[in-house]
Amino acid sequence: MSHDTQGPVDSVTGVTTTGHSWDDIQELNNPLPRWWLWTFYATIAWAVAYCVAYPAWPLISSYSKGVLGWHSREAIETDLASLKSQRAGMTEKLSRTPLEKVAEDPELFAFARAQGKAAFGDNCAPCHGAGGAGAKGYPNLNDDDWLWGGSLAQIEQTVQFGARSTNDKGHQGSMPAFGRDGMLKRQEISQVADFVRSLSSLPVDQDADLAVGAKVFADNCAACHGDRGQGNQELGAPNLSDKIWLFGSAKATIMEGITNGRGGVMPAWHGRLDDTTIKALTLYVHSLGGGRSQ
Amino acid sequence: MADAPLAKHLTSNVPDQADDQPLYISRRKIYPQAVKGRLRTIKWAVLLITLGIYYFLPFIRWDRGPNAPSQAILVDLSNGRFYFFFIEIWPQEVYYITGLLILAALTLFLMNAVAGRIWCGYLCPQTVWTDLFYAVERLIEGDRRERMKREKEEPTLEIITLKLLKHSIWLLIAWWTGGAWVLYFADAPTLIGQLLTFQAPAIAYIWIGILTFTTYALAGFMREQVCTYMCPWPRIQAALTDEYALNVTYRYDRGDPRGSMKKNEVLKRQGLPAGDCIDCAQCVAVCPTGIDIRNGLQLDCIQCGLCIDACNTVMIKIGKPTNLIAYDTDMNVQARIEGRPEVRRVIRPRTILYAGLIMLVGAIMLTSLALRHTVDLSVMHDRNPLFVRLSDGSIRNGFTIRVANKNLEERRYTLTVEGLSGTKLDVVGRQMDRQGRPVLTVGPDQTLEVRILITTDNTSHPSATELHFTLTDLTNGETARAKDHFMVP
Repeated sequence: MSHDTQGPVDSVTGVTTTGHSWDDIQELNNPLPRWWLWTFYATIAWAVAYCVAYPAWPLISSYSKGVLGWHSREAIETDLASLKSQRAGMTEKLSRTPLEKVAEDPELFAFARAQGKAAFGDNCAPCHGAGGAGAKGYPNLNDDDWLWGGSLAQIEQTVQFGARSTNDKGHQGSMPAFGRDGMLKRQEISQVADFVRSLSSLPVDQDADLAVGAKVFADNCAACHGDRGQGNQELGAPNLSDKIWLFGSAKATIMEGITNGRGGVMPAWHGRLDDTTIKALTLYVHSLGGGRSQ
Repeated sequence: MADAPLAKHLTSNVPDQADDQPLYISRRKIYPQAVKGRLRTIKWAVLLITLGIYYFLPFIRWDRGPNAPSQAILVDLSNGRFYFFFIEIWPQEVYYITGLLILAALTLFLMNAVAGRIWCGYLCPQTVWTDLFYAVERLIEGDRRERMKREKEEPTLEIITLKLLKHSIWLLIAWWTGGAWVLYFADAPTLIGQLLTFQAPAIAYIWIGILTFTTYALAGFMREQVCTYMCPWPRIQAALTDEYALNVTYRYDRGDPRGSMKKNEVLKRQGLPAGDCIDCAQCVAVCPTGIDIRNGLQLDCIQCGLCIDACNTVMIKIGKPTNLIAYDTDMNVQARIEGRPEVRRVIRPRTILYAGLIMLVGAIMLTSLALRHTVDLSVMHDRNPLFVRLSDGSIRNGFTIRVANKNLEERRYTLTVEGLSGTKLDVVGRQMDRQGRPVLTVGPDQTLEVRILITTDNTSHPSATELHFTLTDLTNGETARAKDHFMVP
């Protein structure tokens, strides 16, 4: 690999130079080290062999497949299958064990929580938040206030079929638009909003007439929310007497809800997630802190 | 013209002597000669002891009961444990290894301050294995002269057979070196069985292969080039030495001017200066790095002291006092020339400092080892949400705690939390005992992660209150503590 042009011989090393001179600095015309050269040839051979063996070249509508038939999608499917088979024992055990018995087996419970946490991050976190803390209109799953019930069975039911979802078995019932549909006048909405705030000992407007508000409440709201605003989990009617507010406790927010109605949608996961994953999700959500024993 | 010589020098076409050397020097092959003597004996002993330890240590057994491996020294990577006789180290206790490395570094410094490159000359694996490979080479191919002679001859069948035999033994040693290495990472007898039946994990074969290659290449071929060109230690140690540190020194005050025995006798009789060095070059012949110690302290010298043995053999033969080459200092050589008394000071601020630091670090490590807990507790506050408001207005914080049981038997623990009045502690998925405390059962040499919830209706405290977690071993009352905060809106 020596340079073709023979320059003068360097006196110190006895090697010819390339004949080029840059600011009096000359370059020795040494050949490439053999090991380097052969490594270089080996990489070329490797590249050619790789193109033959593995998918390499883009074609018009396809690509060269390679004689080994290796495929990145197949590779990841193999990986996933092997992961699944590693977990098969525990997964099978989880699917066999009744929901309320899982916590009795610490190892299985830890497995279910870990699976549930991963599934929660993939499917639920966009609305409920990474830690299940919720947001305005999306319930916080860490607290002890449940729209549709906080027992294991109730949580599983909600996850499977959703609320106001397209699934027939999903929870139904929503807050009507009392104002928009002309059932209550603006004055009455304001009065009942003050009354609702008073239920959980929140301060009300000085000129508020709570007696009138109570009357409006009894006539329009008590059917779902209960006499004392204690809510009804059968209908997904929130408890109005506690400290937890799904949309906020400001009077304007409450009036907005009464005027336009409320009806957040929880999708049904039955058919989209397998039963064992839903079971793991249920156990995870239940263990966040708010789960009820009944 | 006064500056004519200078101008002439600047425009001269004759380069300096230093410039006349090529920047690259090809390796001169070295054929170290066999030598006998006190330091050679010490080196053989060190070689046997260090290699003996390396090759046989994994076979020593140590009974730890049914829940832990019974190998005295084991790096159990898959389970994250390091076993050293009665000590078991978890990954979070890797600072013991750091401490050992600091001790090793300080010991190197101390050795260096007392007698130069003792490490390089006697203890370094590169030196030990190269020494062993040279011994094999000498045994099969003969000593220096034979090997040098043979190099110039046409290879015969006998020479080829000898070379093949030498390389086979080298490869065998190299393979055993790699084989011993992997035994530190798994139960040695089991792994040997697996290796022999080709059922060992692939990584074992890979590591044996890597270390076989490196041993064969480094000790069989690269040899002194590793010390001269690859190793940073010769450069570092130059910064650690001082004028009092003993080094392998040619005593030129006694040796120079050199000359043949006869010539120097004549010179002496004439009352002219003549030294004890008879220029026999035995010191050069035995040198494993191929240098001439008479050129003074130099980078390539690993200070193995073999030239001392070689020179002493010659001195005894010609009836002159020994130790013409000896562990000495340049300062003392200079002192003798100038007729000043010699100075030997082993105890000086530098050595006192190193020895003191070694004792300090050693004492810290021993204390922390003796006071080591068999239980660990770590607490992590939920990051999202930081707090949860419950329907009755009380506030709840979630934590993940991990309990590490370092005992080799199952233990039961209970957890208490202090620092905030009116709190309630729940452990998710766990039952409480009769006193209302959570009981956590952790298997032998295992950890347990549980989620705990702390709730308070006392919302009048500042935004973050310190919480003190105490975990108590129900068997012996040993405790582990951790600290975190309770957050409110």
